Amino acid sequence: MKKDFKYVGKSTPRQDAFEKVTGQAKFTDDYYFPGMLHAVMVRTKSSHAKILNVDYTRLLASAENIIVCDHNDIIGSKKVGPIKKDQPIFCYDKIVTPGDVVCMLVGGDIQELLQSRELVDIDLEELPVLTEPLKALDIDSPIIHSENGNNLINHYPLRKGNVEKGFSESDHIIEQHYSTQLIEHAYLEPEAVIAIPLEGKKGIKILGSIQNPHTTRKVVASVLGLPLTKVRAVQAEIGGSFGGKDDTMNILAARAAVAALKTGKPVKIKFGREESIVESYKRHPYNLHYKVGFTKDGLLKAMKIDITADGGAYSSMSPFVTWRTVVQATGPYQVENVCTDVKAVYTNNPYTGAMRGFGSPQPIFAQESLMDEIADILGKSPLEIRELNGFKAGSITASGQKLVDHDINLITVLNEAAIKSEFDKKWQLHRKNKKIKNFQIEENNNFLLSHNEFVEPNETIQKGIGLAVSYRGCSLGAEGIDAAAAYMSVQQDGSVYLISGLAENGQGLKTTFSIIAAEVLGISPDHIQYLEQDTGIVPDSGPTVASRSTLMGGGAVKNAAEILKSRLKEIVLNFWNVKNTEEIIFTENEILLRGDETKRVSFQEICSLAYSKGVNLAVIGWYKGPNVHWDEETGQGSAYFTYVYGCQVAEVSVNVATGEVYIDKITAVHDAGKVINKLGALGQVYGGVTQGAGYALWEEISSFDGKIKEDNFDQYLIPTSRDIGEIEPHFIEGEDIYGAWGAKSLGEPTLELTAAAISNAIKNATGKRFFNLPINLEEVLLNRKLKPTDLKRGSTN
Amino acid sequence: MKSDIELNINGTAKKIFVEQSKRLLDVLRENFLLTGTKEGCSIGECGACTVVLDGEAVNSCLILIGQCGGSEIITIEGLEKDGKLHELQKQFIDKGAIQCGFCTPGMAMSAYALLLKNNNPGIEEIKEAIEGNLCRCTGYKPIIDAVHSAVKELNDS
Ligand code: FES
Ligand code: FES
Repeated sequence: MKKDFKYVGKSTPRQDAFEKVTGQAKFTDDYYFPGMLHAVMVRTKSSHAKILNVDYTRLLASAENIIVCDHNDIIGSKKVGPIKKDQPIFCYDKIVTPGDVVCMLVGGDIQELLQSRELVDIDLEELPVLTEPLKALDIDSPIIHSENGNNLINHYPLRKGNVEKGFSESDHIIEQHYSTQLIEHAYLEPEAVIAIPLEGKKGIKILGSIQNPHTTRKVVASVLGLPLTKVRAVQAEIGGSFGGKDDTMNILAARAAVAALKTGKPVKIKFGREESIVESYKRHPYNLHYKVGFTKDGLLKAMKIDITADGGAYSSMSPFVTWRTVVQATGPYQVENVCTDVKAVYTNNPYTGAMRGFGSPQPIFAQESLMDEIADILGKSPLEIRELNGFKAGSITASGQKLVDHDINLITVLNEAAIKSEFDKKWQLHRKNKKIKNFQIEENNNFLLSHNEFVEPNETIQKGIGLAVSYRGCSLGAEGIDAAAAYMSVQQDGSVYLISGLAENGQGLKTTFSIIAAEVLGISPDHIQYLEQDTGIVPDSGPTVASRSTLMGGGAVKNAAEILKSRLKEIVLNFWNVKNTEEIIFTENEILLRGDETKRVSFQEICSLAYSKGVNLAVIGWYKGPNVHWDEETGQGSAYFTYVYGCQVAEVSVNVATGEVYIDKITAVHDAGKVINKLGALGQVYGGVTQGAGYALWEEISSFDGKIKEDNFDQYLIPTSRDIGEIEPHFIEGEDIYGAWGAKSLGEPTLELTAAAISNAIKNATGKRFFNLPINLEEVLLNRKLKPTDLKRGSTN
Repeated sequence: MKSDIELNINGTAKKIFVEQSKRLLDVLRENFLLTGTKEGCSIGECGACTVVLDGEAVNSCLILIGQCGGSEIITIEGLEKDGKLHELQKQFIDKGAIQCGFCTPGMAMSAYALLLKNNNPGIEEIKEAIEGNLCRCTGYKPIIDAVHSAVKELNDS
């Protein structure tokens, strides 16, 4: 493997930073086209109802300039969805969640459009509302989608060994229930899209804040009944996504496209924050039940796991999200006997889909809490129990996959994190100090003081430390077709166009890919011009999800650059009249011949020579992951072709009088394979950990009868600059044969561990364990959440 | 009610005839095409719309243009001088303070307003100054580092 990198592994500032820091970068809402119209959504106040009639008489009588679009305007598919086609573009038979849209008003004056929504008369027959996922499969529960027959979206079983036998061989068995909450992506830029009808029969162009332009194209084409080539989806700058600008954006694009074709004018849809939170999908709340058997030495013998994910009103990505859960539910531990069942169900709650983490933060919270509990029972340290059971080279996963072909660095990241944070020493110390006078902390006991109790002022703040580890399958795994493309074209002056089929979502993909191409060609990354993401110029490469872009897209870029390099080498050979391509070196915008000082030519000169000789310097690079397989019935198979490993240590201060938790420090150690851009990688860790902390302590959408209360940032609290102390990232670069020099995934691992580590730290600080996220003030003090009994609180309701 | 309003934007005197109840944010974006200023929440919670109004960082989604007569406003487009980036901008780029970039203009303006008042703020003061600016991507650390480095650079030169 190549070791002396020129650009890879260094800190390279983002390619698009200049435009962004000067205010010139154009996000969707910054575009204006002549004659452009706006569109606003018409929703009902219902969570579950039959639509009896929609009457536009009053609207049409008073507002002449307004054009209505509803399901009658759709020629192609009226319902869409990545797996099951269950989500209508415009609802026509039923309302199944409050975000649902019946029709859209289109016109030039937004204020007029907003006011005119009242003039649409929608006649509904209310139906019983289902909000409790654990009741979704009860025989007497209302059915959300009658064509589905019941409320089951999917069920994944996994069977390995014999759990009953495993339990009988165990010295201890514990059973625990955990729950995690519904949360919002909270990308800073709300949804926005513009559909522009093209001249004549050219079709339509979509410009928007879209995560996966090729998916958007597919959805829009199916709704319009057009061939894929008649829909061009182009990405504007995207103000954050985190997995969130997929389904919702595809549907908004389709609505805008329908309106644009109907009116013959460009149509813009722009959501405000409230609308964004109400209609967009979220992260799945999970109910997790774990039964674990282990020996007196701490060896895991059996795990029985039952998980129910609330998919909300539409299936969206639930089947893929929960598939990752079933693969990773036991955590990075070798367990002989496993019986896991993961179900996703429909309810009338806001629908859930892809969000950074994608079915992993939930089981990690459960399984990492459990590992600490087991350690507690046996009087071991959190490190010992993990070292004993954690994956090593050759370990067998729950799905029967033998871990080989890459550095199985779980124990390495664990030990590195423990050393860097002085874990053992601090953990023992805080544990000893945790006795708080005047009230004895016990499980299920709350911290509320009664009249004659008080906490000694010096004992109000309790410190604690906790850790969590994880492994994560890279890319799509047996979930989908795993291949990616990159297009590269070298110009006669040596400058280079580059684009991959995977899309920039703000994470810094353009810079990462430019570094990879620059490294291969020995030119500076700023000689590479990354093109706008446009479905018209680059092949479909599957979605930009699952932290797969560096691995898959990076592999494709490297492939493209290598093809070009070999073509250029041929030119150089003839130019110098030498034989051995091995001796030709591309570096610092020059080409040299090893061992011959006189042979030196600029990259530019060779490119112009190639051009004059008619050599094709435009190529499509391709990267396809190795085959993986999965048996749906038994949950056995090689789920992913490679894995990454991480460990995070949280240090917290808990105010036992107020229930407030302050994060003093997070030490994050990740093996993401080769790091391509240090600056970008650090940014992924800081950002991911911060989102993980929000998930642990503050963020929650508490819907009431399916309706959302926290619909803006005054109620939905994401971390601010003052909420988190220090974050200390470390990278272990395990070697891997896949992708570009073994560069794998980082975006999601950084976020999935944090809540579990924080929860374990709170236990170390207070002696009390928490089973339900978020661990907010109410949870810490009362062991429960103060749920709203109506929607009156809040700024906008 | 529409009326004439005179104000100074990024160092240039401007006069517009506009509805007094129009939000400053919309006037900047629509009337002056200064689209660097962003809208993230519309209720004064996210800071994406931050501009500097008479030396103070304000949320332009909460200010009506009728309140701005005679004021001096600086937006993100006004930070670059004579084709040269402001030190804050340079440090934002170098320290990785930008990911999606949607919060960046507001963040930079809050930091700029801090520097107008305090030429040597410490880390805590920096954190406080950008507390009203939400960022979902960067975890704030690179932003705080960038402002801190800009302070050092400006004081050294
Ligand atoms: S848009 Fe003004 S503070 Fe969010
Ligand atoms: S960089 Fe994306 S919100 Fe701050």
